Amino acid sequence: MSRLQALGVAGGVALAVAFGWAADARAGDTIKIGLVSEFSGPFALSAKEMEDGMRLYMKEHGDTVAGKKIEIIRRDTGGPAPDVAKRLAQELVVRDNVDFLAGFVVTPNALAVADVATQAKKPTIIMNAATSIITTKSPYFARVSFTLPQVTEPLANWAYKNGVRKVYTMVTDYGPGIDAETAFKKAFTADGGEIVGSVRMPLQSADFSAYAQKVKDLDPQAVFIFVPSNDQPAQIMKTFAERGLTTSNIKILATGDVTEDAVLQQEGDAALGMITSHHYSYAHDSALNKKFVAAFAKEYGDLRPDFLAVGGYDGMALIYHVVSELKGNIDGDKAMAVIKGWKHESPRGPIMIDPATRDVVQNVYIRKVEKKDGKLLNVEFETIKDVKDPGKP
Amino acid sequence: MLAHVLGVTFDGFAYGMLLFVLSVGLSVTMGLMGFVNLAHTAFAMLGGYLCVTFMERLGVPFLATLPLIFLATGALSLVFERVLYRRLYRAGELDQVLLTIGLVLMSVAACSYFWGTEQQPVTLPKYLSGYFSPGGVDLGVYRLFLSAVGIALALVLVFGLERTRFGAQVRAAVDNQRMARGLGIDVNRVFAATFAVGSGLAGLGGALAVNMIGLDPNFATKYLVFVLLVVSVGGLGSVGGTFAAAVVLGISDVAGKYYVPEAGAFIIYAVMVTLLLWRPAGLFGRRS
Repeated sequence: MSRLQALGVAGGVALAVAFGWAADARAGDTIKIGLVSEFSGPFALSAKEMEDGMRLYMKEHGDTVAGKKIEIIRRDTGGPAPDVAKRLAQELVVRDNVDFLAGFVVTPNALAVADVATQAKKPTIIMNAATSIITTKSPYFARVSFTLPQVTEPLANWAYKNGVRKVYTMVTDYGPGIDAETAFKKAFTADGGEIVGSVRMPLQSADFSAYAQKVKDLDPQAVFIFVPSNDQPAQIMKTFAERGLTTSNIKILATGDVTEDAVLQQEGDAALGMITSHHYSYAHDSALNKKFVAAFAKEYGDLRPDFLAVGGYDGMALIYHVVSELKGNIDGDKAMAVIKGWKHESPRGPIMIDPATRDVVQNVYIRKVEKKDGKLLNVEFETIKDVKDPGKP
Repeated sequence: MLAHVLGVTFDGFAYGMLLFVLSVGLSVTMGLMGFVNLAHTAFAMLGGYLCVTFMERLGVPFLATLPLIFLATGALSLVFERVLYRRLYRAGELDQVLLTIGLVLMSVAACSYFWGTEQQPVTLPKYLSGYFSPGGVDLGVYRLFLSAVGIALALVLVFGLERTRFGAQVRAAVDNQRMARGLGIDVNRVFAATFAVGSGLAGLGGALAVNMIGLDPNFATKYLVFVLLVVSVGGLGSVGGTFAAAVVLGISDVAGKYYVPEAGAFIIYAVMVTLLLWRPAGLFGRRS
């Protein structure tokens, strides 16, 4: 080792020590939230919405709770990357000594940190990832967003009640998609309906023409769609429109992911008339939501808050609640005890964390895409109250 | 039944034509210049974003944007060729790959910064949307248009490389650079022009792709795989080979998704492996 190299190493060590010490010194009066999410890559918009929601809550409620300053430490997984998510969570726990883990747009990333959360006893707030099984993987997981079976079953029931008997299902071939397919089939056949065919599309689908053609050739009464929000909904609806499917007699049913408020405009008139089910709509008619939407617009401009923003916003409300109940001394087990049974009035309506499953219980709304003042909206017309995740055993 | 087969074949052919326009530039530059330019899809992505910007912000009609984009991406690629690529013509393939994949990553970040991470909307003119169904076969108008562009482009390229003076210079420069220089051909200029045309075609492909497969900042990485697939199956430097490979891969992809959706995404790779086992240098490849 040359002298110069030796000097460099020594300098590096000194710097690391200095920073480490500085971090420790601050640890006493801050609550740190390790935010692990997909800030770049295909789910970047979702992660941004989520963080925007969190920061909006902090802005509205101040960044100090029980005398402690709340600090978000943001880490980017760069997309669905379980290995990266796990490593980042480990670093946040070991090096940054965070009090909470939070975030997670996609399921694989949430599942990857289960062991970390359990071993470190870190309360972990799932702010989006919606595969049913997630909260069963660690006793320190709690979810404020939704699960796919939770929003899918009410849609299947609604379809049968409104005269639909034969449905073709098309979902993305990964955890949430399979959850949605299974839930729809189960609920719809239990009602007496028939599934005339199903397809699982690869997560990296680009050209949906083959799938759209299949729907057209089978000519079912209705088609049920789940694709993850962000880039695919506009693509699939465009292909449907190109084939004349959006103007045909085939009813298009989907989970709210497909008409996510942040991307709905890009789908254009192709989305008109679609029936979807979800737990949050930008157009939800309540005073609290109007206030939320206005505050979001003031802070972030044109971008509409969608269910991801609400997930971040409510997740932050939960964290604030825990910090204030525990007077700033965060202990994993005590925090989970506070989280279980938490009730909250969210912009989406009333929510509760089920003490048994640590999963969210909430209203699910059936909505229709309509155009008002030139803007596409998910207009809610039916409410199914206090839906628990039916995907749990 | 027959209508299904014809419909699926047509959709696959149109998808193949899109792959052809996206890939042919890379095949030509890689085959003729021996330069591994992974940033090809970055130029394609730029073409897509230019298309969206021209149409949605400046109100340029769709068809008019296409030649503009061809020229703009071609011209921009010349700058890159002068400043960066030229230094690595004689370097190893690894150096070229590192440089160009770095450019891809930078392009992803740059597009996120300027245009945002969301899908870009384009509204096509009425005369290019919709479909008609002679004899029960659904033919999308845009897909017909795409097919026509692909075929026309293939003809122009074959003619240009085989029958024009410039094409002869390109082939001479590739086969024996020293001899070509000796004959007074400005090899640097020939390469630069080839590169610009190749990148211009990538930009054109990107613009045509927006309506069919969408556009976001991950376009460059997502479609790089497909482009490389087409180029390697087609054989480097062969316009005909790229065309054939694009058609075969496009049709097998769509047909696979239609008839055997369980294996859907995998079919295209299975076809690639089979074809390459049969002809390691590609369908019409001259060298391996």
